[in-house]
Amino acid sequence: MDPSAYFFQQLANGVSLGVIYALIALGYTMVYGVLRFINFAHGDVFMVGSFAAFYFSRWLTPAMGDAHYLLRGTVVLVASMACCALLGVIIEFLAYRPLRSRPRLVVLITAIGVSLLLEYTAQLLFGATPRSFPELIPHENWVNFGGVVITNKQVIVLAITVLLLIGLRLIVMKTKVGLAMRALSLNPTAAALMGVNNNAIIALTFAIGSGLAAAAGVFFGILYPKIDPFMGVIPGIKAFVAAVLGGIGNIPGAALGGILIGVVETLVVGYSSVLGFSAGYRDAVAFVILILILLFRPSGLLGKVEREKV
Amino acid sequence: MSAPLLEFDAVTVQFGGLKAVSDLTLGIADRELVGLIGPNGAGKTTVFNLISGVYTPTAGSMRYQGKPLKASRPSKIAGFGIARTFQNIRLFKSLSVFDNVRCACNLHLRHGISHALVRGGAFWKEEGEIEREAMKLLDIFELGEKRDEPCGSLSYGDQRRLEIVRALATRPRLLLLDEPAAGMNPTEKANLMTLIRFVHDEFQLAILLVEHDMKVVMGICQRIVVLDYGQKIAEGTPTEVRANPKVIEAYLGKEVS
Amino acid sequence: MRRYPQIALVIGLVASAVVSFFSDAIDGYALNILILVGINIILAVSLNLVNGHTGQFSLGHAGFMAVGAYVSSSLSLFASEPILKLLGGSGPVANNVFFIFLLIAGGVAAAICGLLVGIPSLRLKGDYLAIVTLGFGEIIRVVFQNTESVGGARGLGGIPQFTTLFWTFAIAIVTIYVIGCMVNSTYGRGFLAVRDDELAAEAMGINTLRYKVVAFVLGAFFAGIAGGLYAHYIQFITPEGFNFLKSIDIVVMVILGGMGSTVGVTVAAIGLTYANELLRDAEQYRMIIFALLLIVLMILRPQGLIGDLKWLRKRKKKTA
Repeated sequence: MDPSAYFFQQLANGVSLGVIYALIALGYTMVYGVLRFINFAHGDVFMVGSFAAFYFSRWLTPAMGDAHYLLRGTVVLVASMACCALLGVIIEFLAYRPLRSRPRLVVLITAIGVSLLLEYTAQLLFGATPRSFPELIPHENWVNFGGVVITNKQVIVLAITVLLLIGLRLIVMKTKVGLAMRALSLNPTAAALMGVNNNAIIALTFAIGSGLAAAAGVFFGILYPKIDPFMGVIPGIKAFVAAVLGGIGNIPGAALGGILIGVVETLVVGYSSVLGFSAGYRDAVAFVILILILLFRPSGLLGKVEREKV
Repeated sequence: MSAPLLEFDAVTVQFGGLKAVSDLTLGIADRELVGLIGPNGAGKTTVFNLISGVYTPTAGSMRYQGKPLKASRPSKIAGFGIARTFQNIRLFKSLSVFDNVRCACNLHLRHGISHALVRGGAFWKEEGEIEREAMKLLDIFELGEKRDEPCGSLSYGDQRRLEIVRALATRPRLLLLDEPAAGMNPTEKANLMTLIRFVHDEFQLAILLVEHDMKVVMGICQRIVVLDYGQKIAEGTPTEVRANPKVIEAYLGKEVS
Repeated sequence: MRRYPQIALVIGLVASAVVSFFSDAIDGYALNILILVGINIILAVSLNLVNGHTGQFSLGHAGFMAVGAYVSSSLSLFASEPILKLLGGSGPVANNVFFIFLLIAGGVAAAICGLLVGIPSLRLKGDYLAIVTLGFGEIIRVVFQNTESVGGARGLGGIPQFTTLFWTFAIAIVTIYVIGCMVNSTYGRGFLAVRDDELAAEAMGINTLRYKVVAFVLGAFFAGIAGGLYAHYIQFITPEGFNFLKSIDIVVMVILGGMGSTVGVTVAAIGLTYANELLRDAEQYRMIIFALLLIVLMILRPQGLIGDLKWLRKRKKKTA
C-alpha cells in the first residue's frame, strides 16, 4: 500500500477510535469540573452502555426488524443513553452524594468499589466470555480511494458524535442549566447562594456524562464488535488520560484529547514495526502520554493552573 | 543597626494580573521583633509564603544571612533556621502532642532509617535527646502533661501554642508567626503577648509577627511594617506607625483622616 | 517489648521455625492457605507504608510484585547453575541461601522500579497519583506480556518450588518488624506528618518528596519479595495474574484493615485471604460482596474494620 494512503488510513482509524475516547473523556471532565473528583467508575458506565445496546437491539428486533437501520440504530442509541444516564444519577445519589464533604481519598475508594461492583455484576449477569455485538449498521464501504477504506460505520459514528458535541456545547453555553454547571464548577458556594440547585445540577452532569459514555459504548460495539464486562477498564483509563491531556475540567479539551490519543495510539501501532517494537504495546501508549503530560504540562493543553491557597 | 538577618529587595509576586506583593523592600535584624500589619488582602501571608518557600518572587530578590534566599524546596528553608506557624492551624492531626513536636526534630536528626531498624545504642541515645528537648519545650509552654493526647483534643489556644512549640523545635533563628492571636479571647491574648515576649528573650531569635489585633502588635513589637494592596506604606516604631496618616487612611478610609 | 522489638522479631522467627517443623502434619489445603496468608501479609503491610502511613494512594503494587516474581524466577530458571556453583554445590544450606538471594534480587529489582516510578509520580497528589500508579502497573504488565523470553502472554512455568511455610512466615514477620520499627521512630513520624499535612511538614524541615519516595521504594522492595515467594510457590506465573485487579485486591486489604494500622492490615490480610478461599465456590459473588463492602465501609466507617484513624472520619468544611 502506498505510504501516504497508509498514513491516511491510520489517521481515519485513529479518529474513529478517538471519538470514542472523546465521548468517555467528556464525562470525566464534566464530573471533575463540578465535583473536583475523578469518577473511577465512569469507564464501566461505557461498558454498561455497550451491553444495554446489545440487549435493546435484541429486544427490538421483533418489533423493528423491518425498519431502516438508521431508525433502529437511533432507538437503540437513545435507549442506551437514557439507561446509562439513569445509572449515572443513581450512582451519584447512592455512592457519592453521602460522601460530598469527606476527604478525597474516601470518595476515590468508593469509586473503585462502584467500578468493581459494575464489572462483577456484569460478569455475573452476562458471563465473562466476550459477546458479539449485533450489526446495527450493515457494513458498506463509503470511501474506497487509493487504498484508503472508510466504512459507513465510521462516518455515521463520527457524524453522530459531532452532533452530540454540538448539542453539548449548546447546552453548556446557551442554556440556563449550562450556566449553572459552569458557575458550579467555578465556585459551588457562590453558585448555591445565587440560587443554583447544586444537587440537581450535579445529578444532571452525571446524567449527561453517563449518556455520552453510553453513546461511546454503542459506537465501540458498532466499530469493534466484541464486548465483555471488563471492556471499560482500559478505555476508561485512556479516556481519563485524554481528559487530562486536554485540561481536566475543560470540555473542548476533553474532546480534543480524546481524538489526539486515538490518533496517536493508532499511528504508533500502525508504524510499530518501523518504530521497532511489538504492537502489543498499544495500551502503553496512553500511559506514556499521561506520564509526559503530568511531568511537563500538568494543566493540560487547554487547561489553566490552579493554586493551593495557604 | 546590625546587618539584616532577612532582606527583601524590591520583591514582587504576581499571580496573573494580580500583584499580591509589589516592589516590597524591608529588612529584619537579628533578634528583632517586627510586626507586619495591614488590612485584609494586603499581602501579609504572601510575605510569609515567600520567605518559607511556598511562593517565588516574580521580581526582586530576598536575602537571608547575606546570601540569596532560594531553595529547591520549602523544607530546605526550615533548614536555614526559618520556622513558621500558620494562619489556619496546621497541626499533624493524627499525631499526639508529643509526636507533633517530635516531627519537627527530624531536621536535626543525625541517624536515619538504618538506625531505626537496628535500634542500637546510638539510636536510643538520640531518641532520648529528642525526647528531652521536646519535653523541655512542651513544659515551658505548659503542654507537657498533655503529651500523649491527640492534638485535636486540645483547646484552640493550646493548639496555637503547640504550633509555636513545634516551630521552635526546629531551632530557628527567625520565627514567623501568622496571626497567632486569631480566635483568642482577651485573657488568652494577654497570655500570648507574654509568651511571645518570653520566646523572644529566652530563645534569642528574630520574630516576624503578622497580626490583626493592634493591642498585641503595638504591645510587643519593636518595629512595625505596614502593607496595603501589596505595597509598604509605612514603617517605624509603634508610636510612629500609630500616628501615620497613611496607615489610618488604609484602615479607616479617606474621610476619617 | 517497646524498647527491644528485636525480641519480638526473634520470638516470631523461632515460632515460624517451630510451626513449619510440623508442617507435614498440616494438611495440604491448610498449608496452601497459610502460605497465601503470609504472602498477602507482606503485600498488605508493605502497601500500607505507602498508602496508609504516608498517605500516598498507590494502585500499582501488583506491578512491583510482578517484577519480583519475574526477576527471581528468571534467575532460578536460567541462572541457577552458575550461582549455585558459587555457593558451593547444591546442598540444603546452599539451596536456601540461593533462595534468599533470589528473593532479594527480586526485591531489589522491584525497588529500582519503585524508584523510577516514584520519582516522577510522587510529585502528584490524590486521584492523579492513583491513576498514574495504576498506569505504571499496567505498563509493567504489558512489558512482561510482550517479552517472549519470559513466556509472554502464555506465562512462565516450571519454577522450582523453593517457598516453604517457614520462609513465608519468617519474611512476613521481618516485614512487619522493619516497617513497624521504621514508623515508630522520630524519623518514621515524618511519614505520618507527610500524610497529615504536607505543607506543614515541609515547613518543619521534612523533605516530603524524599519521604514519599523512601516509602514507595521500600514498599516496592517487599512487594518484589512477595512476588518471588509467590512465584516459587505456585510455580507458574502469567502477566495477567499481576494486573490492576490484583493491585485492588491488596488495596482492599489495606483499606479494610484501616490505612496506617500495621496490626489492622495484617489482620485484614489474614481475614481476606481466608474469606477468598471460603468464597471460592461462590466466586461469582465474591467480588460483588467485596465491592459492596468497600462502598458501605467508606460511607459508614472509613477508618476500616479494625483501624482507628480520625483523620478519615473528619468532615471537611462544607463547600456545596
